[in-house]
Amino acid sequence: MSDATNNGPVLSADGMPLKRSLAKALRREKLRALMLIAPLLIFVLVTFIAPIADMLFRSVENNIVEDTLPQTVVALKKWDSKSGSVPDEPVFTALAADLKVAVEAKTHTKLGSRLNYEMTGISSLLRKTGRRVDKWDLEKDAPFKEKFVDVDKDWADPEVWAVIKVFSSKYTSGYFLNAVDLQKTPSGIEPRDEDQRIYITLFMRTIFMSLTIMFSCILLGYPIAFLLANLRPKTSNLLLILVLLPFWTSLLVRTSAWKVLLQQQGVINDILVWIGLVDDGNRLIMINNQFGTIVAMTHILLPFMILPLYSVMQTIPVTYVRAAKSLGATNWTAFWRVYFPQSVPGIGAGCILVFILSIGYYITPELVGGTKGVFISNRIAYHISSSLNWGLGAALGAILLAAVLILYWAYDKIVGIDNVKLG
Amino acid sequence: MSLKKTMMIAGTAMLFAGGAIAEDMTIVSWGGAYSASQENAYDIPYMAKNPDVNIIHDASSNEAVAKLRAMNEAGNITWDVVDVVAADGIRLCDEGLAMELDADTQLAPAPDGTPASEDFGALMVADCFIPQIVYSTTFGYRTDMVGDTPPTSVCAVFDTTAYPGKRSLEKRPINNMEWALLCDGVAKEDIYDVLETEAGQAQAFAKLDTIKSDVIWWSAGADTPQLLADGEVIMGSTYNGRLFSLIAEQNQPVAMLWDAQVYDLDGWIIPAGLSPERQKRALDYVYFATDTQRLADQAKYISYGPARKSSAPLVGKHATLGIDMAPHMPTDPENAKNVLLPNYEWWADYRDDLDAKFQAWLSK
Amino acid sequence: MKDANNEQGFVVFDHVQKSYDGEVLVVKDLNLSIGRGEFLTMLGPSGSGKTTCLMMLAGFETATHGDILLGGKPINNIPPHKRGIGMVFQNYALFPHMTIAENLSFPLEVRKMGKSERDQKVQRALDMVQMGSFGSRRPGQLSGGQQQRVALARALVFEPELVLMDEPLGALDKQLREHMQFEIKRISDDLGITVVYVTHDQTEALTMSDRVAVFDDGRIQQLAPPDQLYEAPENSFVAQFIGENNTMEGVVKEIKNGVALVQLDGGDLIDAKPINVSKAGDRTRVSIRPERVEYNRDRLHKDAHTLKAEVLEFIYMGDIFRTRLRVGKNEDFIVKTRNAPDQVRLKPGQQIEIGWLPEDCRALDA
Repeated sequence: MSDATNNGPVLSADGMPLKRSLAKALRREKLRALMLIAPLLIFVLVTFIAPIADMLFRSVENNIVEDTLPQTVVALKKWDSKSGSVPDEPVFTALAADLKVAVEAKTHTKLGSRLNYEMTGISSLLRKTGRRVDKWDLEKDAPFKEKFVDVDKDWADPEVWAVIKVFSSKYTSGYFLNAVDLQKTPSGIEPRDEDQRIYITLFMRTIFMSLTIMFSCILLGYPIAFLLANLRPKTSNLLLILVLLPFWTSLLVRTSAWKVLLQQQGVINDILVWIGLVDDGNRLIMINNQFGTIVAMTHILLPFMILPLYSVMQTIPVTYVRAAKSLGATNWTAFWRVYFPQSVPGIGAGCILVFILSIGYYITPELVGGTKGVFISNRIAYHISSSLNWGLGAALGAILLAAVLILYWAYDKIVGIDNVKLG
Repeated sequence: MSLKKTMMIAGTAMLFAGGAIAEDMTIVSWGGAYSASQENAYDIPYMAKNPDVNIIHDASSNEAVAKLRAMNEAGNITWDVVDVVAADGIRLCDEGLAMELDADTQLAPAPDGTPASEDFGALMVADCFIPQIVYSTTFGYRTDMVGDTPPTSVCAVFDTTAYPGKRSLEKRPINNMEWALLCDGVAKEDIYDVLETEAGQAQAFAKLDTIKSDVIWWSAGADTPQLLADGEVIMGSTYNGRLFSLIAEQNQPVAMLWDAQVYDLDGWIIPAGLSPERQKRALDYVYFATDTQRLADQAKYISYGPARKSSAPLVGKHATLGIDMAPHMPTDPENAKNVLLPNYEWWADYRDDLDAKFQAWLSK
Repeated sequence: MKDANNEQGFVVFDHVQKSYDGEVLVVKDLNLSIGRGEFLTMLGPSGSGKTTCLMMLAGFETATHGDILLGGKPINNIPPHKRGIGMVFQNYALFPHMTIAENLSFPLEVRKMGKSERDQKVQRALDMVQMGSFGSRRPGQLSGGQQQRVALARALVFEPELVLMDEPLGALDKQLREHMQFEIKRISDDLGITVVYVTHDQTEALTMSDRVAVFDDGRIQQLAPPDQLYEAPENSFVAQFIGENNTMEGVVKEIKNGVALVQLDGGDLIDAKPINVSKAGDRTRVSIRPERVEYNRDRLHKDAHTLKAEVLEFIYMGDIFRTRLRVGKNEDFIVKTRNAPDQVRLKPGQQIEIGWLPEDCRALDA
C-alpha cells in the first residue's frame, strides 16, 4: 500500500511509472488494431479518397496559363486590364517566345481549350496563331505586335488579354463562380448572362426532385414495410423477394420498361384510351419530364427505403400498440402516437439513403428526364466525359458534396443522427 | 517429367500453333453493328495476315476523350487505336492526346497511286485524325403518319401544322442550331456567320421555340429509331445507318429524308505516348484498315460511305440482304444534293458557350 | 380472502373456445366466472391457453366460439380501446419515446381529460407506486423494478375496474419479485379492483390470489382458493403442478369408511383418501406431500400401513430438513421435516419405515 501514501508517480511492478507502462501497453494494442485495418485503409485511400481529393483539387487548380505562358504572365503584370488599351510590345514579344515553346510541346491548343471556357474564340485563336508562330524567328522578326494582330485581329482586343490576365494565377475561383452562375471578369465578380444561367436552377431542381422522390418512397414504402414486418415470416420473406427483385434487373432494362409503360403510345396510355378515360388525341405525357423521372427513380430507390424501415419495424414489439389500445387509444392514435414515433429511425435511415442516392443519379434522369427532369449530375457527367471541363465538373461536384453535408448536418440538428437505425 | 522437358514441349507446341505468342492490340470503337462491320472488313483480314497480333475490342468510343485524358494523366495508355467522331478527333489533337500523322507517308495511297492526302481530300480535318466513313445525321419519318404528302425538306421538322406530332432531336446545340437558321431563311453559306452573333443565336433559339413543346430530346443513337418504331414521334433525327437498318432490316414503315443532312466523319486516332513498338503496330493496322479496298468492304455491312474517293466505285452489295449499297450511302450523288457541312473549327470555339445557352434554353 | 361468490359474474367466460388454425383448439370450452374485486390468477405451463384467455378478455384475440361478458354485457364485438380494461404487459411495454409522466398521461389524454386533472392523476398514480419523483425520466433510464411500478401505475391511472396482468414479474429477480407481489396485492386490495393475473409461477399464484385457475391443455383443471388447491388437488396434474409431491401408482383394493386401500405396483398396501376413484379395481396415482410423510412410528396410527424405505440423501436446509428416500423402485421420494429440537436427523443408508394419515394421501386419477 506504499503507492497510496507515496506522493510520487504510481509505479508499476517493474519500476516504470504506471502511466507510461499503460500507454506502452495500449500503444501496442492500437498498433495491432491499425495493422488489422491497414489493408482496407490503404484500399480506401488509394481507390476512393485520393481520386476524390484529386478531383476536388481540380476545381481550383489553374496552373496551365502560367505553365504555358510564363514570360507573358510576368510581362502582363504591368498592364492594367481596365485601361482599355492593348498591352505593349514587350508583352507580345514574351507571348511569341512562350508560344514558340508551347507549339513545340503542342500545349498551346490545350491552353486554347482551357481559356475558351472563359471566352469563346480563344481556342481557334491560339490554334491559328500557333501555326504561324512556328515559322517566326524570335531574333529577326521583331516587333511582334503587328504580326500578331495581322494573324488575327482578336489580339488587338483588350478583352482577350484581360481574360489571360484574370486567369493567370495558379489557383482560381473561376470554376466555382461558374458553377453558381457567376463569372470572373477584370472588374470583379459578375452574374452570368441570363441566357447562360443554368446551374442554380439545376441545383434547386435536383434537391427539389430528390426530396419529392424521397417523400414518394416514404409514402409507398411505409405501408409495404409495415405489412412485411407484421406478416408471418414465411409470407413476408416471399414479399421481401418481390421488393428486392428490382435490384436483380439491370438499371437500363428497368428504365426502358418505364418508357414502354409511360410513353404516349405506351401501355398505360393505351389502357386509358381503351377504357375511355383519355381521349386518343390527348394522350397523357408521362415521360420525358419530371413526372417520368420521379416515377422511375422512386421505383428504383424504393428498396432503399423499405429495407431500413422493415428492419426497424421488425424490432418494434406488438405489445406497444396493444398497450396503447388497452389504454384507450383508437387504432389511428395507437399508430400515430406510439408506433410511428418508434419507426422514425427507419424513416431517417431510408431518407438519407434515398436522398443521397437520388441527388447523385444521372442515368435515369438522362433517359427519361426530357428537358425539365434532368439533374445537376447530368451536367457533371457532361463536363467530365464530353466537354472535358473537369474543373467545372469538379466544382459542381464539390458543391453537391457540400450540399449533402449541410443537409446531413441539418438532419442531425433537427432529428438527431442517433435517431437513424438500419436495423 | 522434368520441368525443363515440360517447358520445351510447351514451347514447341506454341511454335507450331502460332509461331510466336500473339501480341494484344486494343481497338476501341462504338460497339454494335458498327463494330461488327469493322471486324468483318478490317480485323479478320488483318489478323489473317498478321497471326502474331491479337485484336481486343473495347466499345468505349462514346467516352473516349475523357478516358484518353485520364489514361494520359495516369501515364498508362492501354488503348492502341481509337475510333472517334471528327469533333472528338480535333479535340484530342488539341489536347495533345492523339498522335499527329503524315497522311502521304504513313497511309496507303489509292490503287492508282494518288497520295492519301488527295484521296481523302478535305475530309482530313485534323492532323491526328484519319477519316474512315462519312455518315449523316438526318431525319427519318413514319410513312403512315405523314398523310399523302411525305416531307421532302428538312423544314418539315419545323412545320407542325402540316406535320403535327412529336419529333425527336438530339439534346445538344450542334446540328439543331444550323437547321433552325436554315429553315428561318438563312442561306446555307451564311449559317455560321449568323450564328456567331448574339442576334443569330437568338434567331435560332426563337425558331426552335416554335417546336419546343413538340420535341422529344434524345441522347443515345438508338433512341430515335425506337421512338419511330413505337410511333412515339412522327419524325426524328439520327444517324443514317440506324435508319437504314430500321427500314431495310426491320422493315418498319419509316422513310429517310435526304435533305440538309449533316455530313459528319468518323475515323481513327492513335493515342499519343505509346511505346515505339506499339505505335508501329498501330500505324501498321491503320495503314491496312484505311486502304481503298478495306473502306469499300466496310460498306457491305453498314450503310456508311467510305471516306476515300477511290473507294466509292468499289462499294458492292449488302453482305446478307444482297441490296445494292451505293444508293444508301450518304456519299451517293442522288442523296448528297443538299448537304450541310459542319464547321468543326467554329464549333470547337463555340461549343462550350452555345452548350451552356442551349441547356439554359432547354430548362426554361 | 374475499368471498368470491358475493358478486359472481363480473367477468364471465361462457363456453369459450379458441383456435388459431382451425385444426387445434388452444382453449377448449372454457367456463369461468370472476367476481367484482376478486384477484384471480390463471396459472399453468406455457401453451396451456392461459395467455390466450387473457388476450381474448383484453380484446386482442377473438373467441372462436362462446361469449365473454363484462359486467353482464357481451364484449366480443367491442374493440380493445373501448373495453376500459387496464393491462400490464410482460415486458411492461412502456413507450420508449415518452417520459414516464407522458406514458401515464397517455390514457387520460385519449380520454380527452383536461391538463390539470391529468397532471393530478398522474402524480397520484406515481405516488401510489412510490415513483413520484421519476415523472420526467424516460423508461430506458429506469431499472426493471421501477419500470414495473410505472407499468402498474399506467394500467391503473385511468381507474379501470378490471386490470389484466400478463406475467408482469417474469423479468425481475427473486427478491424484487417477492416484494412486488406484495405491492401489487396491497394496491389491488386498496383500490378494490378486479385483477386477472397470468403467471406460470405457482408461488406467485398461491401468495397473491383469491382464487387460482390451473390451466392445462386448454382447460381449467381446478379452480379453487390457494389452500384448497394445495391441500386438496382434484387431479394428478394439479397435484403435480402445485408444490412438491410424491406419487406412486397402484390399484384400489377396497374403499371402506372413506378410506381406500391401495395396492401399489410393488405389492405394498397403503391407505389413501379416494378422490377420483370410486370402486375396487380402479387404477390410481396416489399423491402425498413430502411434509406429510412421517417416519416417527410413535406419531402414526397404530393400524396404519407403512412402507420400507432407505435413506439416500440428507440435506440440511436450515428451517427444514430434506431427505431423499428409496421407496420400492422410486429413488426420488422426498420427505421434509421441520428443524425442531427433537427431530431425528437421518443418515444415508439408514433403513426406516414411513407412513401417513390416510386423509393426507390422495388417490387421484391414474
